[in-house]
Amino acid sequence: MSLLALQRDFGAWLRDGDGEDGSTAPGMRVYQNNYRVSLSACLEDAFAHTRAWIGEEAFARAVVEHICRVPPSSWTLDDYPRDFPDTLAFLYPDDIEVADLAWLELALGEVFVGPDAETLVRADAVNVDWDNAILHFIPTLDLRAVRSNAHALWSALDAERMPPEVELLGARHALLVWRRDMISRFRLVDEREEQALVLARSGLSFADLCAAAVAVAGEADGIALAGRWLGQWLADGLLTTDTGMADALPPIQTR
Amino acid sequence: MPSSPFAGFGLGLRKPHHADFLGPRVAVDFLEVISENFMVDGGRPRHLLREIRARYPVALHGVSMSLGSAEGLDRAYLARLRALVDEIEPLFVSDHLSWTRIDGFSAHDLLPLPYTREALDIVVANVAHAQDTLGRAMLVENPSTYIAFGGDEVAEWEFLDALCARAGCGLLLDINNVFVCAANHGFEARVWLDHLPAQHVRQIHLAGHSAGEYLLIDTHDQPVPPSVWDLYAHILPRLGPVATMIERDDAIPPLHDLLTELDTARAIAADAGRLAA
Repeated sequence: MSLLALQRDFGAWLRDGDGEDGSTAPGMRVYQNNYRVSLSACLEDAFAHTRAWIGEEAFARAVVEHICRVPPSSWTLDDYPRDFPDTLAFLYPDDIEVADLAWLELALGEVFVGPDAETLVRADAVNVDWDNAILHFIPTLDLRAVRSNAHALWSALDAERMPPEVELLGARHALLVWRRDMISRFRLVDEREEQALVLARSGLSFADLCAAAVAVAGEADGIALAGRWLGQWLADGLLTTDTGMADALPPIQTR
Repeated sequence: MPSSPFAGFGLGLRKPHHADFLGPRVAVDFLEVISENFMVDGGRPRHLLREIRARYPVALHGVSMSLGSAEGLDRAYLARLRALVDEIEPLFVSDHLSWTRIDGFSAHDLLPLPYTREALDIVVANVAHAQDTLGRAMLVENPSTYIAFGGDEVAEWEFLDALCARAGCGLLLDINNVFVCAANHGFEARVWLDHLPAQHVRQIHLAGHSAGEYLLIDTHDQPVPPSVWDLYAHILPRLGPVATMIERDDAIPPLHDLLTELDTARAIAADAGRLAA
């Protein structure tokens, strides 16, 4: 048998073999156990609060389901948790907070090791020509629409407090996750700020963002709204020192 | 490999001891880190490693290069490792004589290779590819294994000797792995060590293991046992200058306990040096 064929057979057995079969060599059971334990430990580590929320037994069943559904493909175990919120959404279609909570944990973990960037601080923001500035966001910023108060559940679980009742958010909201000063952070944003962030990250100038806010909220309120967003984004540390440097972006193609 | 032989004594950098190594100088000559833990884009892990590197020489020890993959190496993995190597300028870059990836499936374990001529050709090509990408020689570690392949064509030490000769790499000799394999496969560890191509060894790993139902398991969750210390003392007189490092990955004790074990290694090496002289 060629090495390639041997390795294909070995890999298939790790994924699908029956380690409980009495005819299996003890050594093969060691490898299959190592495989499953390493993936389980990875998911337990990445989703500690989700595990606490749904309970250890339910989490263990979800892990088994996930390992069967999604064999690991990346060289790094850091990538393996990425699809677990989808598995939980599949397993818990009526408990939407479970997948929301898992996504929040996943995002907090991913931004923790995301690329570094130099943050624009308020003191330097006064030197930016805001009339012409393009907003540049830190690369660890992540954003996802949520339908539950998973953020409140996470905070309570993290502080080892009694979690609140699950609430469905009436209007559309999103969770903003990012890293500042080596610490992963998050904040719930409403639909208008979510849309503003999506627009701004696409390369919109601050002036155009103001115009977009005016279109939504009217002349006076729109300008004030854009100003509040900018102040909040600066306070959160979401903007990089490239902000204001229009030539840092590729030219926009027009026809 | 370092341009001149390095013969220091080191520990693995593990999370419970991060603060210790960022404080006053600890009595180690180098620290070894798991490469993949730091092959990230940024954030605290990279910041920590830069801080550590400013204080201590660092060896990069990988677990995911998959040197035995019949389909070759992952170029994205190698590019990330090269970037880390360029930044850290490590004492050694090492990985295992094993495989973990095939057809887009990654097992995240050190899976065994048959010791055949075909496998040797593949590992030689993969090590050469890695060394070309990294711009430096690597060390390859003998693994713990739990199965043996009936079709082996050469002994493990012959495989390692040919690998080093053809690829120009060095050896990371894990003495606990030799002990575990000897127990699991029924051979004499001393005989294995006596056949080892000693001239290729640049680094030694010492660790503990646990007894499973049928096999010894390379768990790194125990102190180095007397049996492994005995083998360390047995092989040292045959070796040139080597770096020695104690691996502990689970049930990690206070740093003081590991430093005491490292003192044991120093004492054994000093005795071996006197014997060799």
